[in-house]
Parts: sequence; C-alpha cells; structure tokens
Amino acid sequence: MKSSVITFPGSNCDRDIDVALKKFGFKNKMIWHDDTELPKSDLVVLPGGFSYGDYLRCGSMASKSKIMKSVLNFANSGGMVMGICNGFQILVEAGLLPGVLLRNKYLKFICKNIFVKINNKHNNYFKNIDNDVLEFHIAHNEGNYFCTSDQLKEIEDNEQIAINYCDKEGVIEDQFNPNGSIKNIAGILNKEKNILGMMPHPERMIDPYLSGEDGSLFFNNLINNLK
Amino acid sequence: MIVNEQIAIDHGLKKDEYAKICELLKRNPNITELGIFSAMWNEHCSYKSSRLHLKKLPTKGKQVIQGPGENAGVIDIGDDDAIVFKIESHNHPSFIEPYQGAATGVGGIMRDVFTMGARPIANLNSIHFGSPQHKKTRNLLRGVVSGIGGYGNCMGVPTIAGQTSFDSSYNGNILVNAMTLGLVKKDKIFYSKAAGLNKPVIYVGSKTGRDGIHGASMASAIFDEKIEEKKPTVQVGDPFTEKLLLEACLELMAGDSIIAIQDMGAAGLTSSSIEMASKGNLGIEINLNKVPCRETKMTPYEIMLSESQERMLIVLENGKEEQAKKIFDKWNLDFAVIGKTTKSKKIELYFDNKQVANIPINTLVEKSPMYDRNWKKAKLPKKNKVKKEDINNLKIIDVLKKILSNPNVCSKEWIWQQYDHTVMSDTIQKPGGDAGVVRVHGTNKAVAASVDSSAVYCWAHPLTGGKQVVCESFRNLISVGAKPVAITNCLNFGSPENEVNMGEFVECVQGISEASEYLKFPVVSGNVSFYNQTKEEGIKPTPSIGGVGLIKDYKKMITMDFKEVDNIVLVIGKTEGHIDQSLFARNILDEKNGPPPEINLFNEKNNGETLLKLIENDYIKSAHDVSLGGIITAISKMCIKGNKGINLKKPKFLINEIEYFFGEDQGRYIIEINKNNLKKVTEYLNKNAVHYDELGTINENQLYIDDKTKVAIDELKTSNTSWLTNYINK
Repeated sequence: MKSSVITFPGSNCDRDIDVALKKFGFKNKMIWHDDTELPKSDLVVLPGGFSYGDYLRCGSMASKSKIMKSVLNFANSGGMVMGICNGFQILVEAGLLPGVLLRNKYLKFICKNIFVKINNKHNNYFKNIDNDVLEFHIAHNEGNYFCTSDQLKEIEDNEQIAINYCDKEGVIEDQFNPNGSIKNIAGILNKEKNILGMMPHPERMIDPYLSGEDGSLFFNNLINNLK
Repeated sequence: MIVNEQIAIDHGLKKDEYAKICELLKRNPNITELGIFSAMWNEHCSYKSSRLHLKKLPTKGKQVIQGPGENAGVIDIGDDDAIVFKIESHNHPSFIEPYQGAATGVGGIMRDVFTMGARPIANLNSIHFGSPQHKKTRNLLRGVVSGIGGYGNCMGVPTIAGQTSFDSSYNGNILVNAMTLGLVKKDKIFYSKAAGLNKPVIYVGSKTGRDGIHGASMASAIFDEKIEEKKPTVQVGDPFTEKLLLEACLELMAGDSIIAIQDMGAAGLTSSSIEMASKGNLGIEINLNKVPCRETKMTPYEIMLSESQERMLIVLENGKEEQAKKIFDKWNLDFAVIGKTTKSKKIELYFDNKQVANIPINTLVEKSPMYDRNWKKAKLPKKNKVKKEDINNLKIIDVLKKILSNPNVCSKEWIWQQYDHTVMSDTIQKPGGDAGVVRVHGTNKAVAASVDSSAVYCWAHPLTGGKQVVCESFRNLISVGAKPVAITNCLNFGSPENEVNMGEFVECVQGISEASEYLKFPVVSGNVSFYNQTKEEGIKPTPSIGGVGLIKDYKKMITMDFKEVDNIVLVIGKTEGHIDQSLFARNILDEKNGPPPEINLFNEKNNGETLLKLIENDYIKSAHDVSLGGIITAISKMCIKGNKGINLKKPKFLINEIEYFFGEDQGRYIIEINKNNLKKVTEYLNKNAVHYDELGTINENQLYIDDKTKVAIDELKTSNTSWLTNYINK
C-alpha cells in the first residue's frame, strides 16, 4: 500500500505519521507543499502542526497550497484522504469537509488522552475494528468543531460523524467533551466516506511505551481495509 | 549625537566604565559604538560579577564533549550520538509581558541548541511566581504558561518536565527558566568559532525590527515602579518562523558549507558577530545597509541593538552562497550576505558608505570589566527544638492533606496539559514524574531530564542549598532509572552590588561545585541572571539545575506509580526527622528559621548508585525520591499515581511520627519491590552500607497508619489536584 504525507511549512507531526505508516506496512512518501503532482497513492495524509503558523484561521493558508489542487482532485475522485488535527482544519478550510474548528471552549491548549466512540463503521477507516471505544490522544488549541444546524442535520442524516468524545464505557456526555465540540464530535467523514478529518492523533499511540496502543489497532486495521 | 558621560550612564554603564571605554579607544565613542559597548559590557552578556566565581565549577568529565562557553553544552551518549543542552533565564521580560517574555525565552533556548546542529527533542522549564494571594500572580501564571506552550507547541518539540513554585519573594520578579535538549551526531556538531579570512558573513531568518532594543541591558537592572514603560524592550516571538529556521539550518548543516554559526540572542547582531570574531581571533566587517529590516529608516544603532527573534549569523565557505541561499529560499526566509571576516581583529561597521563603528574586538570581550564584588558569608542558623505541644495535637491526615494541597506540592496538571508533551512520539515519561524521559529516536536508549531548585534551602544556608539542588537533580534522574551524566545551571539571584545577595551567589556556586564534583555530575552550560530585584528587595537565591541522564535500555525505565498490591515499600537513606525549613515547619508550624537539612555527599552517591544497580537487576517496581513534605508526601503521590493504597507501620525508632513522616532529610528514595525479593534486596542494601526502613505493604485504595488512622486515596487525590484549578478559575 502506498501513502503520501504532505509537509506544509509549520507541519510538525509529519515525521510521526511517517513513522507510524511505515511501521504498519505502508510505503510512505513525504510530499512538499510546493509540489504540484501527487504520486500514485492509496492514502493521502495531511499531518498535524501549525501550518503557516496558523496565524490566520487554522489551516486556511495551507488549504491554498499548490499541492492542494492534486489533493482535491484525488479526494473528489474517491481517493482516501485523512487529515489529523491541523490536517482536519485544512480539510475543512479546503471545503472537503463541512463545518469549522473553533478555539477550544476553555481557551487553552489541551494535551491528554481521551476516549472516542466509533459512530460509523461503514467506511474504510473504522470498518472491522471490534472495539466500539478507542483511547486516543489529543493535542490542540482549536478543536472545537462547529457547524450550522442545517449542516448538522445533513451530516447526521448522511452518517458522517466518525467519532465522538466519550468516557471509557462509551458514554457520550458533555463532561467528556474536552474542547466544546458540537455533539462531542471528534472526527467527521465526507458524504462518500473516503475523506476523514479528526482531531485525535493515532500516530502518537503506536507502542506500549507511549500514551497507549489504540493507534496501532487503527493503522493495522486501516492497511488491511485498503488491501 | 555627541556622546558624553551622562548618555553612557543612561545606557547602564558606570562612570569608571565609560572612562575605561574612552581610554581603550583613545577617543570618545560615537553613539553606535556606545550602544555596542553597553550591550557587551552589561552583566547579562559580560558576566562581569560572576565570571570569577563560575571558574570554580567542575566542567569536565568522561562524557563531556563541550563544556560552558559555547551556545550550549554537549555530552556523549554513545554510538556517535550526543545530547546538546542548556537552560536560560528570561525573567525580566516575562514579568513585564508574560506571554511574549516566556515564549521568546523558549524560542531563544531552542535556537541555542539547534545552532549547534542538534534537533531539539525536549523542552523543560522552571517557573517561579509570587505569593498566590498577590494581585499579579494569577495573570502572570496564565500568561507565562500559555507563552511557553504557544512557542514550544508550534515548534513541535515536547515539553516533558518542569517545576513551578510560589513564594512572596518573587512578587516583583518572577522567574522563567527554559531548558532544551537536542540530539546530534558527534561528528555533526557546529560551533561559533569563525575561521579563515574574507569568508562571507551571512544573515538568515526573520527581518530586523525595533523590538527588544536594550533587552539585555534591562535584564541587568533593578526594577522600579516605572518598569511597565519597558514593555517595548520585550521581544515578540514568531515560532512559525523559528520552525522554518530550524528546518532550513538543519538542511544546510547536512552539507559542509558552514564554518561557524551563532544565533542572535541577547544583544542581537552585536553579540553574535563579536563572539564569532572573538573566538576565531579575527575581525569582522559588516555593511548595515545589507541587513534585512522590517521597518524603514532604522539607524545603525537600532540595527545593532535590536533583539528581534528568529535570526542567525553564519560564516560560510567561499562559493557556497548560492547553494545555501536556495535552502533559505525554499523555506521563505531572508538570506543576505552582510559582511566578511577580516584580519583586523576589529568590528567595522558601514552604513550609507560611511564607517559608523570601529572597535577592537578584544576591548569588547577580554578587556570587558570583571569585578570581585564584596560578599558576605552566611552563618548556619541554629537548629530549632520542635516543641512537643506544637505537634502532639496535630492529626497526621489533616496535615498530610494540607501539604498535598500546598501550592508548591500540588499537582501541576493544569499547567502541563497546556504543553504538547507527546509530539515526536518518543515521550515515555510525561510530566508529573521525577523526570521526563524521551527515547533517542530509533534506538533502545532514552534520555531523562529534570529541572530543580530549592530556594528556601538556599536562602536559609546558601552553601547547603547549592549542594542540595544538585543532589536533588541526581536523585530525580536515578528515580527513573537513568545514570546522571551532566547538568546545566541557571543562577537566579538579586543584585550583585548587595553583599548579602552576592554572598548567596558565591556560596550557592560553591555548593553546586562541591556536589557536582563529588557526584561526577559536571556543569556543561548555563547562565546567570542577577538583578532579580525590585528596589531593595531581592528574590530568594534560586539556582535552577537542569540534570540530564541516560537510560541504556528504555524498557528498564522506572516510574513512580505503585504497581501491585502486596508489594513491599522501603525507604532507603536514613531518616532523622529534620524539620527546620521543611514544608511542614514553614507552613504548618509557621516556623521560618533554622538550617536546611544537611547534605552528606557520600550517602547521596552511595544510595543513588546502589539503587541504580537494583534497577539494572530488575528488582525495583517503582521509585520516587523523597523531597518536599517528606516520606508520607512522597508515598501519597505514589499511591495517587498508581491508584493504590498502603499499610504503613509506625516508625520503630525513638522519633516522633510527625518528624519521621514529614522530615526532609536528604538522600532518600521510596522503592517498591516484590515481597519475594525482600531478602535479596535488603542484603544488597546492607552489603553496600545503605540504610533502609521497611515502611509497609501496598493495598487496594486506602492509606493506613498502624491500622488505626486511615484515609481513602481518592480523598488525598482530591487534595492534591484541586488547588491549582480552583485557584486559576477563581
């Protein structure tokens, strides 16, 4: 399986995702934002970080990078595109996913382990995962997902909510919402389910000495789904 | 502008210093030259009050590749890998503008590390605030924490450990010390020594603005009520540009075109160009019209003294300019050839085709003033006798809860959750333990780091306090299973012109020297911050020690959380019940006098090395050093972290239970072992003459003392975790 990770100026989780993808069997290539052509890929990842410093709205400058034209074409033709953290913000700014990501409710950067409940398993990202709840890790300042009530109805009707913040048992309540996201949304899909944007960083959970191993579960499953 | 003595005094120079400048130049300086002298001769850059004493610090060791004098220290961790590290203060700016002050402190120290070719792999910090009741404290805390996070998070470097304290002596002068560790291959270390004639001098990074002019001079002065006016001297950080600068520099460093490189930190272009020339015994010529400027009509004076961030100066090999420029173009950074090295041994500056400065380099460096300041030796205070009636009525659990919720002991989760501590995916011990630990990417090795200070002990008796901080750093590294290798120090003191403050400095340095010499734990880098003083009042002497240790096999790392019910808990090291200057004496008895606990260096070394052997042989399940709040505080934290309880026995000895549990004797660790190994472990401790007491057995979730007194661990956890969040949300 071939993957491509886009490095924008200010990306800082690009190495981590590169390590994770390779560990689970992807042949990964790093692609510079100024390039115009995407190599043949089964998966494209937009990594976390602070692209262009996030001085304007997070992700907005990166969404206009040269390479994004190819990413858009790839996504619109059904290619798998995953945005993690800043990558999620870029996907939203590029119009590939609905809604926006606002500043965290308590106006603080948050770095900690959280739990998410998988809401939709009918897609290549979460299909065949036995668990309903995963322990993931977040590290962000702007992860407060928001959309209009019309948009919300639409993404609910189309089953686009991928994962919601919850507790260990999978209970989705306000108290387990780290950043104020509407409906505890931690990640969403597009209508066709080939594009995923999520705030948690599975690439930081890929061995028992790190924050946990549910990232291993996620990537192992992902590559098997793509085979 | 004609320079006179008054203008020199306004630049922070003394009368006799100005006279010396005129004598060295054999003429009066012009305003640009005066600015350069004032920047190079101030305390922050010249170390004029401290140089004499810093020479005493042991700086050599088997694993030391580079000691003090470079941008950062370097140690050898085997397999051609080296760790570059340093701690630095950003105290004065952080008080005036907490977010930017702290942020640029973090940015500055990371630049020091990647200037040497190392990719930063971990950040730490030591931050000290005034009394929680003081009206400024809450906002300063919020601002500093978000500033540290704002910069480090954007750079993608994990913040893995730190220390936060509150004490009224910091009411008018907070401390913000930032430390960075970087990883480099031994043969790819870059230095700041220029070499060769007519080599191009290159400016890269951000453009130069008017921010931070005289920042270093500000850090060399006492605060007064007009300090808010100094806001414009605080630099503004741009972590995004620094991230680009980091990647661009590392890309350039992969080749062989750099002769010397130096970041523009305090005193900006002035100190960076002069240091490179001075180390290479060369001259340097700069055309200031070539310096990329952010603002129009900047004068030579402003260009030379600006402390705009995220800039570097490089001496390149001839003919490599185009190749280097390509890299900086790729990263959208400025790149300008601004001058060349010369044989004149002078700094010569040109602006609009006119020479605007011409100063022999040695007058700025070797001939800068050095003072042997007067200092007063501190007496060891007399011991207090603990009055039985004061402690007999105390309920031990009530005291314990008070101590666990004390601002200096309580959980700092609210702080470190705002720092990205997991980016780079190698953090295997997060903040909240004895030391942070990161793996050396792609190897079995890991590096442990901690930062410590004990202002109360240093204030009570500087010599003992100085030793204690080094020992505490040593213990923190050993507690996670790391072999201590070297330290960096950030020496925060009041005014060197006050003989009591100067005495504190001299004796703390003496204490640090003795301990680091004995423990073979040399000092490889550091900085001095004097004048942490508002009018007459100086801070408590606060040397911060950043310790770095090596774990050869990261799978053997130890954490402090209790692991398993029925395991046995021991304290190693002798408990005498030293109460003076303990958290208990100061906060429960309200007794602020008396000596700090004594340091026995033999025991420190022996206890620590013995514990390391036990860890190597897999006997230790968890470990934690005993510090503030004594044995029972240490144990409570291990219970809270591991979600376990303990059945504690009363001490057998002729010692009061309060003194036993809350005393702060040094050189002690709490360890957890499997009961089947008790005999082997105690035999080994006996063989090595390490004292130990058996404290008790781990249970599910209660802390018992002799079956009579008990408390649920959840209750202790609430005491420990609620203070800071309640305080900040008030």
